[in-house]
Amino acid sequence: MSELVDRGGQEVVGVSRIEGPILVIENAGNLGYDEVVEVIDSTGHMRRGRILEVSEKMAVIQIFSGTTGLSIDGTKVRIQGSTLKIPVAEEMLGRVFDGLGTPIDGGPVPLTNHFADINGQPINPTSRVYPRDYIQTGISVIDGMNSLVMGQKLPLFSGAGLPHDQLAAQIVRQATLGAPAGADAKHAEDFAIVFAAMGVKHDVANYFKNSFAESGALARVAMFLNLADDPPVERLITPRAALTLAEYLAFEKGMHVLVVLTDMTNYCEALRQISNIRGEVPSRKGYPGYLYSDLASMYERTGRVKTSKGSITQIPILTMPNDDITHPVPDLTGYITEGQIVLGRTLYQHGIYPPISVLPSLSRLMKDGIGEGQTREDHPHLMAQLYAAYAHVQDVRSLASVIGEEELGDVDQKYLAFGKAFEGKYISQSFTENRNIEQTLNIGWELLGLLPKEELTRVSLAEIEKYYKGI
Amino acid sequence: MSERVGTVKWINGPVIRAEGSRHVGMMELVEVGEEHLIGEVIGLNGSMITIQVYEETSGMHPGAPVFGTGLPLSVELGPGLLRSIFDGIQRPLPVIEMRTGSFISRGVHLTPLYRKDRWEFTPVMKEGTVVTGGEVIGTVPETPSIEHRVMIPPDVSGTVTWVAPAKAYTIVEPIARVKTTDGEKELTMLQRWPIRRLRPYKTRLDQSIPLITGQRVLDTFFPLGKGGAAAIPGGFGAGKTVTQHSIAKYADAQVVIYIGCGERGNEMTEVLQEFPELIDPRSGHPLMERTVLIANTSNMPVAAREASVYTGITIAEYYRDMGYHVALMADSTSRWAEALREVSGRLEEMPAEEGYPAYLAARLAEFYERAGYVHTLSGEDGSVSIIGAVSPPGGDFSEPVTQHTKRFIRCFWALDKSLASARHFPSINWLDSYSEYLDDVAPWWHKATNQNWIGMRNKAMELLSEESRLSQIVKLVGPDALPDEQRLVLETSRLLREGFLQQNAMDTIDAYSTVQKQIGMLALMLYFHDRAHDIIKMGATISVIHKLPVVDTLIRMKTQIPNDKLSMIDEIHEAIDAQMTQLEADYK
Repeated sequence: MSELVDRGGQEVVGVSRIEGPILVIENAGNLGYDEVVEVIDSTGHMRRGRILEVSEKMAVIQIFSGTTGLSIDGTKVRIQGSTLKIPVAEEMLGRVFDGLGTPIDGGPVPLTNHFADINGQPINPTSRVYPRDYIQTGISVIDGMNSLVMGQKLPLFSGAGLPHDQLAAQIVRQATLGAPAGADAKHAEDFAIVFAAMGVKHDVANYFKNSFAESGALARVAMFLNLADDPPVERLITPRAALTLAEYLAFEKGMHVLVVLTDMTNYCEALRQISNIRGEVPSRKGYPGYLYSDLASMYERTGRVKTSKGSITQIPILTMPNDDITHPVPDLTGYITEGQIVLGRTLYQHGIYPPISVLPSLSRLMKDGIGEGQTREDHPHLMAQLYAAYAHVQDVRSLASVIGEEELGDVDQKYLAFGKAFEGKYISQSFTENRNIEQTLNIGWELLGLLPKEELTRVSLAEIEKYYKGI
Repeated sequence: MSERVGTVKWINGPVIRAEGSRHVGMMELVEVGEEHLIGEVIGLNGSMITIQVYEETSGMHPGAPVFGTGLPLSVELGPGLLRSIFDGIQRPLPVIEMRTGSFISRGVHLTPLYRKDRWEFTPVMKEGTVVTGGEVIGTVPETPSIEHRVMIPPDVSGTVTWVAPAKAYTIVEPIARVKTTDGEKELTMLQRWPIRRLRPYKTRLDQSIPLITGQRVLDTFFPLGKGGAAAIPGGFGAGKTVTQHSIAKYADAQVVIYIGCGERGNEMTEVLQEFPELIDPRSGHPLMERTVLIANTSNMPVAAREASVYTGITIAEYYRDMGYHVALMADSTSRWAEALREVSGRLEEMPAEEGYPAYLAARLAEFYERAGYVHTLSGEDGSVSIIGAVSPPGGDFSEPVTQHTKRFIRCFWALDKSLASARHFPSINWLDSYSEYLDDVAPWWHKATNQNWIGMRNKAMELLSEESRLSQIVKLVGPDALPDEQRLVLETSRLLREGFLQQNAMDTIDAYSTVQKQIGMLALMLYFHDRAHDIIKMGATISVIHKLPVVDTLIRMKTQIPNDKLSMIDEIHEAIDAQMTQLEADYK
């Protein structure tokens, strides 16, 4: 790599085109693909950019903080000779940074000589440790039916106006290392939270900050903020900068890191904007064809490795445009992440918090994180039974809306009652209520008591014997 | 070996253009830059060479050198493939881990197969024999479950002048010499084959033997013939991966190739950690002993994802040529198609549908046609069955990859999100799925079970489709408005759905059903239906039938009857008889 470093510090001129956040320079000399450059305008003011495409004659540069004030003549590009790197240090916990990783809390630049490439490198599948330790969030629908596992990436699919921020804050506040039912759940000793905001409003960022402060965790949080009025292009860097720090903390320092990324939809829109300006062939809804790979390059930076006791757990939040789960952003996210927690507007309108739509929600890693030794032996079957029963409730409800509740058969009447109780007692809990796993499982059995025994075909006869209390 | 053939002129992600020699060939393997990143020539225009690079190109700059190798992108074939995990261009991931730690760095050059291991070689051929390509020279016990048959390379023929005596050799030591028309050739256990060229065979045979997977909905309702191709399309969370894993675990193939193409890292890790511990019910050895894993996860370079399916199918054909039945899972072919799209987009080719290149269908056809039940050059019969997962955006099956795939497969296992939501697994929708192998494999079923499989299967399908029609009516008027005869159809269909189609991959008894258990269970349910039907005609009501204790037994028998205790099926048959006869007495 030595000859790359040698090129550092060279300056080139010859800007030929500026459009949106994109700048095209001719006679590019020996710029390298994906390298970072400093762009200096006629007043000597410096901003940073990244090379998107390069040939002998020209280079396409994406400017992070916008191109306002740049001119064709008088703009110089200074070669850095390396890809974008940020400093990483344990001292970054408790600090606030902008979307590119520069401190904005008035404190000094982190003192470290450890710099890491923001793109990271793919984790070797043979080096991974399969995640099996569940995290107790104290929220029944998550712990009981969509358990979060340490090292998992589990996004919140939400819509505008739904309380995803509260839910994420509650998860962060209550998350503890899971323990079998009956035992006390413990807080991880070395935990850290990395929070990245992409294009969210100031109040949302403040909300999270206050919530971290209230739970006394602020000193363990590093915040990377690219707010709604910050340059969109910077957003493409923010989650990567945050994950670079998370990887350092988890895999070099052995911490359990929870990463919250909000809002991925804004990130994808910034990506679409750049793609558009570059005239790339779009795939669905104008998003570039590489959106899947691009998202994967961030989501896959989650997990555990053999060489460290630390872990990265990701909770990306995204708002589905028009509540449409088939929109490319939630769709491609769902194909990469290990499940999803879907928030539903109807539940929210019925005053249920957290308004988690049970049926479309899923945790793929749950199967290995629950059951005997981890939660309780009846957990897997109980979960399947609750899912099956609640799915049947939906059929009964649509039938009732046609023929009227009175016309329903006895069993279906019971399902209706179950559905109502399930939403009222199981899904619904207050923002401050922290249920342990035993409480969650017991509420589940209590609700199944509303249904006749013959209907419970997903649980075993032994489990019915032990836990079922029919009314 | 490699000489400089050009200079990089333009870089855009995994696609670069270089100017240089006009002697570089299409699909030639090249090395790019000082780090010698691996790439493949995908276009030539005058002296302009277009290359797709299988590693991250960050930091590369115009002026960097390009080196040619004169060889097409190939895989290494020989003992040591089984139990391995490779990336998309067959680099061994455990060795990369030893070199660069938990993260994959660039420019790592490794030989796919370990050169220093010694393999116990036993010759089966005598000196002086006249041989043609594909014939077996000797055998190596590669794993306890698979005997590796060392073959004459397909393009070699002549007279054997020397065969090594039985002893342990490394894969690069000579084990035979063959006198060909171009002179004497020395053979080793290690051979190479270009990944984009299909390996030759003698003739194709019919696909009349089903690939038994132990999954009831697949084997009984939508069977795949050995040597056939099937697609599993489904939106996210519909259960593609779980289904693929179940097939990889239980399919009665002798060798399994699992390609994780652009999917999750943790899923590959799960397979890696689980398979060495799981025991193959047929051979009694760990599943890993018959498995080759190819992992190109979603965050690994996109061009190598494109190559990964070819790497996998070439290895599959190699074991087929030894006379084995090979099952290949590709999860997911959509990610592979997207890799094609991404490279095509960066080449600024004219897109056809949804940005995919116009050659998408041709590439899919090429891939699926490499499946087949063949008579091999060595005189044995072997097969490659392909099971490709498809990930349609938004779960919409009308998108190009699903639609084109449907044209080249004969077995379609449609996953259904609403079944997955109700935790009905495997969430294969019985009304949307189809298999064109039904008539082909029917004789096999009849021979194996001595029962009228096709008749029972069709009868059950008829009930299920009748249920679908009736449930439309139920949605409007409620179930009470239906006559009891029709309500019995609903009841039997419920039995079929919950007791037969649903299968719990986590349950030790239920995870795998032998064909005898499958047909026994199906026969019981249909027998129950027939008896109940007669009694209802006598005037009994559906609620009486519903309350029979045997209903619960039928729903739970999948988890109660182990595969080796099928006599319990007869006991249930007697229970049905007893309970029904008692009812009959009441209504006579």
